[in-house]
Amino acid sequence: MRDEKNHISTYRSLVTVLVILLALTTISVLITGIHLGPVTVAVALLIASVKVAIVITQFMHLKFENLFLKLAVSGVFTLFVLVIVITFIDYFFR
Amino acid sequence: MTVHPTHTEHIDSETGKLGMWIFLFTELFLFGGLFLVYAIFRAKYSPEFHHAAEELNAFIGTINTVFLLVSSMTVAGALTAMQKGDRRMTLLLLTVTIMLAGLFMVNKYFEWSHKFEYGIFPGSPVLKNMPHGELLFFGLYYMMTGLHALHVLVGMVLLSINVVKVKAGTVNSERFLMLENSALYWHLVDLIWIFLFPLLYLIT
Amino acid sequence: MGNETQPSYLEYQGRHKGLAGWLLSTDHKRIGLLYLYSIVVFFFVAAFLGLLMRIELIAPGKTIMEPQTYNGLFTIHGIIMIFVIVIPGLAAVFGNFFLPILIGARDVAFPKLNLFSWYLYITGAVLGVMSQFMGSGPPDTGWTFYVPYSVESATSVIWALTAAFILGFSSILTGLNFIVTIHRMRAPGMKWFRMPLFPWALYATAWIQVLATPIVGITLLMVIAERVLNIGFFDPALGGDPVLFQHLFWIYSHPAVYIMILPAMGVVTEIFPTFSQKPVFGYGAIVVSSLAIAFVGYFVWGHHMFTSGMSYYARWFFSFLTFIVAVPSAIKVFNWISTMYGGSIDLKPPLLYAISFIFLFMIGGFTGLVLGSLATNVQTHDTAFVVAHFHYIIFGGMGFAFFAGMHYWYPKMFGKMYNNRVANIAWGFNFVGFNLLYFPHFIIGIQGMPRRSYDYLPQFHTGHFLSTIGAFILIAGLLLMLYNFIRAGRRGEKAPANPWHGVTLEWKIPSPPPHENFDEIPEITSRPYFFGSKEKTNQ
Repeated sequence: MRDEKNHISTYRSLVTVLVILLALTTISVLITGIHLGPVTVAVALLIASVKVAIVITQFMHLKFENLFLKLAVSGVFTLFVLVIVITFIDYFFR
Repeated sequence: MTVHPTHTEHIDSETGKLGMWIFLFTELFLFGGLFLVYAIFRAKYSPEFHHAAEELNAFIGTINTVFLLVSSMTVAGALTAMQKGDRRMTLLLLTVTIMLAGLFMVNKYFEWSHKFEYGIFPGSPVLKNMPHGELLFFGLYYMMTGLHALHVLVGMVLLSINVVKVKAGTVNSERFLMLENSALYWHLVDLIWIFLFPLLYLIT
Repeated sequence: MGNETQPSYLEYQGRHKGLAGWLLSTDHKRIGLLYLYSIVVFFFVAAFLGLLMRIELIAPGKTIMEPQTYNGLFTIHGIIMIFVIVIPGLAAVFGNFFLPILIGARDVAFPKLNLFSWYLYITGAVLGVMSQFMGSGPPDTGWTFYVPYSVESATSVIWALTAAFILGFSSILTGLNFIVTIHRMRAPGMKWFRMPLFPWALYATAWIQVLATPIVGITLLMVIAERVLNIGFFDPALGGDPVLFQHLFWIYSHPAVYIMILPAMGVVTEIFPTFSQKPVFGYGAIVVSSLAIAFVGYFVWGHHMFTSGMSYYARWFFSFLTFIVAVPSAIKVFNWISTMYGGSIDLKPPLLYAISFIFLFMIGGFTGLVLGSLATNVQTHDTAFVVAHFHYIIFGGMGFAFFAGMHYWYPKMFGKMYNNRVANIAWGFNFVGFNLLYFPHFIIGIQGMPRRSYDYLPQFHTGHFLSTIGAFILIAGLLLMLYNFIRAGRRGEKAPANPWHGVTLEWKIPSPPPHENFDEIPEITSRPYFFGSKEKTNQ
């Protein structure tokens, strides 16, 4: 039973979000064509992160959810990044 | 002094949604282990990874990315339609989502079988003759896209169950937790791919 | 909250009758008992396997078995103890049974998922046992499945890996259930800081279950991929790195030890105030330290790998963090002692076990610092010293806390009282046997006795001999304790609702609890552990 007021995304907002995502995808594909070395990779990953953030906040409605959930999602990603960074303390300095 | 039913038939929607989000966290960490392995070997074998990625068809990868992005929109649209009580639109958008997922899987099938033809699969002699970095790249490619494809299949099943339930009326504008949670799951499938795509296809 | 209106959960006949009423029940209390009975059975199986190992090691050379058998024994002993007993143990038994009651709820958030968790658990446990009899012989890799041996070993490793994977999934779902339960099902007025400390411990634990376990899940799949597909991640001949397996494995398995110990700390934190008739000293410190242990515990995994060839900076980092994570644990010890100080002490069996817990856990903790320190680790890594350390922490810690919890909550769960004198005698056997079994391991370990070793040099004979004697004394104590509980169930005195004068919610409902826990959901208006006069109490 729906006991709490829910935010309903409009079709229009969903299409707008999709257009943005497709644009970002296009950019990242085109950037790959330009050989900037390691910067290319960093840019592609950065764009991917932006896309992920958009999907999570808009399509998955996180923007309209409670604070705890927002903190939890950020916390989970942060923890994951930390684990990778710490593992690299081994590999990078061997 | 009435005895309340111990277990309500329907789980409160905020409770159910929180449960699904936490489940998604576990999925992130499941794939996360593979991303960690990727990061380590990418750092160690950078040129080989670049070279191996050229074997992948960036065009098909891009098409697949588009399919999944659109399917994320359509499933979000299906949820909107359900909340508005528009049953027909819900069913239409759900069906489109499932079809896009199906197209993704068809593409995946062609990609993989094409590679098999060239002898590129884990444990193959062709792989053994490649430089180590390339061998590891393909190992990661198969394991990551394979695990992802498994999740696409599960997502398709979940969405199909939703179609059945919407038709039957057990998922409706008053009770749509199942649809909402299945949509969340589907978005996760999309999310994983958003990261996989550049890491596997765009690092040439 | 009367008891005339509802049958107890033991007698309740719902949609399913008889045995089906237990195997298909979604009642958290029955599920707790399902876990309890399974765990007791598997515990004695694994303990017996341990006893066989001790018999073999009573003297150098062959005693009763071949080396390969010994390797299989320590592997399955570890797999069962870790994945089937200690990781699920306290949360699945006492968490399932008491979490809803302690927060004033009728059940967990997802009761059907809860039952499904138990079925996953049983499936995993059975698969683990079957690895002994299927295919090509019992796995001999140790429960840590290190590559390359876990890839090369011709034994039924994949059975064991699959068992561990399924058990992990069970753990994840239980953790998920508990997090949502605590967020969403607390009784009116039970704010976060009015929650008792066992639920807080379960909350911290549940986050670890949810965020760490998936990593070992994917890692086990990678090992299967190595065995079956030659995927190469861990194979140096193909460019892989065996140490990468160790990283992935311990990224889960270190937090896993906090899954084991946090609920144990939660249990004793409930026992100390009750048997001191005094509120917990430093409620806030216990909450913060529990969360701190859970968080910092994610960053110390490399202390299992100091001799594996990691970089200097990695070794430095992990050692430093290991010392940091010891601090919140130590804080709790001060909390517990201060809770007892000045209290009205009643040395009943639960408190006896809880105090033993502090003693044994501290020995385990201090020896952990010896292991966590880089220089001394070189001497002690992979020796019997490690075996002693983790048995003190896990068995002396979590195990004794489990016994404490059993003695504390048995009257509530079953409505019967056990015999105090027999309980105390069993405790004596357990305590003496435990220390005699494991303390010699510290000594022979520093002297050079390797772990997982079927045979040894004559100079270690005395230590091993004493240890085996200890094992027999301990087994006697465990069996006596079990007998006490079984006899109480059959012929014990009826237990009152509140035999220990506790003040948390479980003591306000009948023993055993009614089917739906409460006639009416309570409204909470005061902090927990309020031992004020009866008139003042608002709960």
